[in-house]
Amino acid sequence: MKKNDIILISVVAILCIGSIFYLFVNKKEGTKISITVNGVLYKETELSKNQTIEIKTNDHVNILSIEDGYAKMIEADCPDQICVNQKKISKKGESIVCMPHKIVVTVDDGEQAELDGVAN
Amino acid sequence: MTSKKITTFGALVALAFIFSYIEMLIPFHFVVPGMKLGLANIVVVCALYLLGAKEAFVISMVRIVLVGFTFGNMNTMIYSFAGGILSFLVMAIAKRVNLFSIIGVSVLGALLHNVGQIGVAIFMLETKTLINYLPFLLLMALVTGVLIGIIGAELTKRLQKIVKHLQ
Repeated sequence: MKKNDIILISVVAILCIGSIFYLFVNKKEGTKISITVNGVLYKETELSKNQTIEIKTNDHVNILSIEDGYAKMIEADCPDQICVNQKKISKKGESIVCMPHKIVVTVDDGEQAELDGVAN
Repeated sequence: MTSKKITTFGALVALAFIFSYIEMLIPFHFVVPGMKLGLANIVVVCALYLLGAKEAFVISMVRIVLVGFTFGNMNTMIYSFAGGILSFLVMAIAKRVNLFSIIGVSVLGALLHNVGQIGVAIFMLETKTLINYLPFLLLMALVTGVLIGIIGAELTKRLQKIVKHLQ
């Protein structure tokens, strides 16, 4: 290992840990869940309301459950099942992604959604 | 192209292909969603040092096409190409400027692979929040990059003599 390798690894590690720390400190509880399919808004709903949502895309179905203020993907008919294995989300900016079906579930707070509404 | 070279290419592509398959059998997603070990990069890194940049590039691209058609689809292939090409370019440049050892080169490849894939994901899914995954993925890339680099260094050392015979 050369000196430059160690410099590279340290710099990137510090930057990563710094941004993880920043993300962690700035975490706020979210209030809204927005589901987009292929970049288009599919459904927006309150995080406080317990429910299960079927997300239908072409011939595929993903099932999202919202319970006790947390959203979790409980079922998906995709081969990799990465989204189902993802942790439940509740904080603003957290997301669950299903790459094969191009589904993104994100937590927002009310203000953010309003701002986006104005911008749109 | 000599027949020796053709067989070397064939063996290396097959090896990279098998590594990709093994990787699919090991679920690493629980650490960070979308995380991978990057085993196939062992072959690309070794080829870069033993055979040359052009040869390594061909092996990397053929692997992506084969793996894409066998286990994935057009969609997954776009991600693989974005990661593969970006990571290859950076590794080739990093090797040429001679500032890093094989470990640094492998780390840069791992980092840029993630940057490429997240870039495509942000573009295709139109969701900027995906960038929040990048620090986690890059941190993991440092670990896997060093690991793959150490394996690559050991392999190139041991394979050097054999490769010389081939050319």
